[in-house]
Amino acid sequence: MAELAPTPSQTVGPFYGYALPFPGGADIAPAGHPGAITVHGHVYDGAGAPVPDALLEFWQPAPDGSRTGAPGSLRRDPVSGAVIGRHGLDFTGFARVPTDADGHYAIRTLPPGGVPYLAVCVFARGLLHHLFTRAYLTDADDPLLTALEPRRRATLIAIAETERVHRFDVRLQDNGAHEETVFLDFP
Amino acid sequence: MTALDQSQIDTEITAARDAYAKALADGAAVRHHPSRDYAPYRSSELRHPKHALVEVRDPEAVELSGPVFGVTDVTDLDADLTRQHTGEPIGERITVTGRLLDRDGKPIRGQLVEIWQANASGRYAHQRDQHPAPLDPNFTGVGRCLTGDDGTYRFTTIKPGPYPWRNHTNAWRPAHIHFSLFGTAFTQRLVTQMYFPGDPLFPYDPILQAVTDDSARGRLVATYAHDRSSPEWSLCYRWDIVLDGPAATWIEEGRDG
Repeated sequence: MAELAPTPSQTVGPFYGYALPFPGGADIAPAGHPGAITVHGHVYDGAGAPVPDALLEFWQPAPDGSRTGAPGSLRRDPVSGAVIGRHGLDFTGFARVPTDADGHYAIRTLPPGGVPYLAVCVFARGLLHHLFTRAYLTDADDPLLTALEPRRRATLIAIAETERVHRFDVRLQDNGAHEETVFLDFP
Repeated sequence: MTALDQSQIDTEITAARDAYAKALADGAAVRHHPSRDYAPYRSSELRHPKHALVEVRDPEAVELSGPVFGVTDVTDLDADLTRQHTGEPIGERITVTGRLLDRDGKPIRGQLVEIWQANASGRYAHQRDQHPAPLDPNFTGVGRCLTGDDGTYRFTTIKPGPYPWRNHTNAWRPAHIHFSLFGTAFTQRLVTQMYFPGDPLFPYDPILQAVTDDSARGRLVATYAHDRSSPEWSLCYRWDIVLDGPAATWIEEGRDG
């Protein structure tokens, strides 16, 4: 069967802020879970300046390795329509977080089961087509990492600041001083 | 530095289109998506990678699965942007509907569709949009729904107005509705914009023109659907969406084959 031609991408633009982010969007881990980890960082442009209008999405397996996810990331109050957030029993595996005025984001989650990485999708004003990357929580002999030269490979590995805090910066463009993040294509 | 005017942007748009036409003639593949490095859209200059993307062909990749949403994530009112406040918004009431499909033409069922848009005057309910057009206290411009079993989505809203922006002097965005879409796999994620047929601003807009392939660009424009318009109520626009990218089921079929 002939494949249908895909609908082209367009930039998320500057005004998604009242539509896409939602309360608790960055909190995949149930509130107060003792195993929760923080993944945070900055998004930078090709001049090394922080990007205050980027939106990051994360997708990952549950701690038990399940990749089915679960509904309820944006669970709603049927009376007011307000987002009341995840109920903490199902692991939805999905986070959405905008960068703040300083280009910084932070999510709280549980370590993914079966793989060492979180899948990341980056949107921003000025970016006409989103970018995929991965935040590796540990260095690993993974089919993607082993194919990369060390300098490029390092851009995918989050820095363990403490046992439970990992820093993963996204650099949209090489600025001469810093290596550009490795971005992925899924043909 | 002199102000950047439309004629300079037009020259760059034409150059990019000519370069694409030449590449096609020389045997390059059809380019369905915009290049991330597209000079006429000035904000892309420092926000596109210079390295080539790294291909991932791992059948175990997490990205071949994706997030799911359900009835707890939307309310019935979300799909009607004209009923989210105590009064009715100003503007031309419209219905926007279509199907969400994968590249094999299979419907994407029960998945989240999100939209956002300017009001009838071309102003967003966003602090950063300060252009001198009125806000509408009865219109926010945010909608959500889940697709049906045949992939159908449907919104009732107000036709958005065009609005100025600062890419260059006298830059105006054609009227559009932003769409955010999920497939069955994270690889199929799509954020895009739907345009209205016959808009005179199309040729001047570097964001739409960043899609240099004529056929692909045409797929961003909805069709007016008179047979679906509601008498004495609203006009209907139809826009089908096809998600790119592989999914786990597709890989498994490939293996079986």
